Amino acid sequence: MIPASHAFKERARAAMADPDLTRALTKFKTGFPLKRAQAVAALPEFEALRDEGKRIKDHALAHLDLYLERFEAKVTAAGGQVHWARTPAEARAAILSICRAAGARMVTKGKSMVSEEVGLNAALEEAGLEVVETDLGEYIIQIRKEAPSHIIAPALHLSKEQVAEDFRRVHTHLDPARSLSEPSDLLTEARVLLREKFLAADVGITGANFLIAETGSTVIVTNEGNGDLTQSLPRVHVVLTSIEKVVPTLEDASTLLRLLARSATGQELSTYTTFSTGPRRPDDLDGPEQFHVVLLDNGRSALLGTEMQEALRCIRCGACMNHCPVYHAVGGHAYGWVYPGPIGAVIDPALIGLEEARHLPNASTFCGRCESVCPVRIPLPRLMRLWREKEAAARLSPGPQRWGLGLWAFLARRPGLYRLTTRLGMGLLGTMGGRRGRFRYLPLAGGWTGARDFPAPTGRTFQDLYRESQRARP
Amino acid sequence: MPVDAKSPRVGLMVTCLVDLMRPAVGFATVRLLEQAGCTVVVPEQTCCGQPAWNSGERAAAADLAKAMIRAFADCDYVVAPSGSCAGMVRLHYPELFKDDPEWGPKAHHLARRTHELTSFLVDVLGVERVEARYDGHVTYHDSCSGLRELGVKEQPRRLLAGVEGLRLTELPEAEVCCGFGGTFCVKYPEISAKMVSDKAAAVAATGADTLLAGDMGCLMNMAGRLHRLGSPVAVRHVAEILAGELSAPPIGGGKS
Repeated sequence: MIPASHAFKERARAAMADPDLTRALTKFKTGFPLKRAQAVAALPEFEALRDEGKRIKDHALAHLDLYLERFEAKVTAAGGQVHWARTPAEARAAILSICRAAGARMVTKGKSMVSEEVGLNAALEEAGLEVVETDLGEYIIQIRKEAPSHIIAPALHLSKEQVAEDFRRVHTHLDPARSLSEPSDLLTEARVLLREKFLAADVGITGANFLIAETGSTVIVTNEGNGDLTQSLPRVHVVLTSIEKVVPTLEDASTLLRLLARSATGQELSTYTTFSTGPRRPDDLDGPEQFHVVLLDNGRSALLGTEMQEALRCIRCGACMNHCPVYHAVGGHAYGWVYPGPIGAVIDPALIGLEEARHLPNASTFCGRCESVCPVRIPLPRLMRLWREKEAAARLSPGPQRWGLGLWAFLARRPGLYRLTTRLGMGLLGTMGGRRGRFRYLPLAGGWTGARDFPAPTGRTFQDLYRESQRARP
Repeated sequence: MPVDAKSPRVGLMVTCLVDLMRPAVGFATVRLLEQAGCTVVVPEQTCCGQPAWNSGERAAAADLAKAMIRAFADCDYVVAPSGSCAGMVRLHYPELFKDDPEWGPKAHHLARRTHELTSFLVDVLGVERVEARYDGHVTYHDSCSGLRELGVKEQPRRLLAGVEGLRLTELPEAEVCCGFGGTFCVKYPEISAKMVSDKAAAVAATGADTLLAGDMGCLMNMAGRLHRLGSPVAVRHVAEILAGELSAPPIGGGKS
């Protein structure tokens, strides 16, 4: 996916002017947090579970090389194959060569954000393969030629009317008299079409929520069962995921699964939790003939051993964006790359560069709601602040912002001068504010006064008034 | 230095916004602290350094933090009428100096003694009730830093419950950010405007005539938007109500 994060401001403006999107986000912003809150309230040990989740991931990341090698050995022992990809290009090449070797013509896909990260669909289509997304939300955005706007609810930004319109446009066989007004109508229509694709596919590609080192298994969670059909019907199953998903044991994965669905959708568990270990064995009734795991790095290993390593604990539940007031205002597409919201603000600069993604860690009020719900306690505001430090050091932020802050810091470091300047400044503003007590417009503060009045100061500073009152005290 | 339990020496960290924009909040804070038996001192101060810290300017933030640490060195406690500035001292000063053998311990020492006003009154001093009257229907916005960094939630409500004549209606989505975010509101003014518009709609839905909060930044943001919309809701810092310090007109409300 080609990053457009540098245009965050323009994209955010366009998003806020889109009434369909605003309607979708208004529904979303209370729905998901409420469901999570109910699920959390029903599990007294949830906070302890978060500590345990953090511990498991910290341990796995501290010994990432060990667990990845152990995982590979187990995959190989089970008859599968691991492919290491340092870059998106290497991941695309590995999958393309698997498809070619299998003589594949059609590929079905389960939901995978890493697939978005490496731009897999475009590469496969360019090579002449038919690629079909089988998660309903992913299928919808595929026919719209869009990117997901949320990591677990990719078509969150759309209304059912918009989807019905897209189905009528693309599914030319549809009887115009047939109703598509209910979500179940849309689901039925997609299901009938996708069933044909499941049966015809040569290769099925899924992501992975976890990789288990002790067994060489990969784990996915879905609510539609599409992942199971994607990976068990075709001859070849390819798992495309990234290196930080590995955990030591099955037990660890089950602990994290208890956190994942509750944090994401408020479910105790997703409807389907599927473990895949190697290809079909001689006695198995079904399953793929080949099992491949493509492991992407793409800049992640560079975060190991740095303060930013904490971001690699992420289990992709989406709770941070579900609770983010900035995400609620602008939606996922404004962020301009694969991972939106607070976690995107932390990992996108690492994956696509700070220059491209510099807006993302800045576009936060540091309200802290994301950190308060993160199942693995990633200190998201702190990590965003670290990016801001790197940005300041590299002088990437706009000049006026830096000069303004520099001038303020210059004064604040000199109490005498600060006192004099603020005394004059507040006196002037207080007088100008007059009886009205506020400004509709202030030079250099157009951002503020564009949407709100600026309350005028009373005129004199507290410290001046206080010292005066102390002198007057008997 | 042992703390005099009856009359602790409390340094008022007035915060730059209260100092410059709304001295009444400073006086209200002094009154509340004195009523609770504290000896209040106001050392010369500028700003806690939070704008620099949140802008990634670590060196500037450290300079300002050192000045604050020096200014409040001889106080038993430091109290701020702001969750955001108290949070800066309590959580971020130690982080700012975590690798500094000289300033690290001093930062920790100040952090342990620093409190947000309502939390200090209720949690540290055990104040159950303040003598105040306010004939109004109020609603309360929980400022993010106070709420999530310091756990300020029940304390202001408990004190407001004792104010005669006051009726409180809870604000829907009270824990959602108002869109101020310090420099955020000037860096991303349109997103900030959308957030504060949602907040203004929530305030209107309560039917309250007064909006209270514990942080000047959020208050100026919300008052500014409410005024722009022509809303008659009066906006005040919670300390003003608790201290009965109503001499100043509401925030942005003009001179009557």
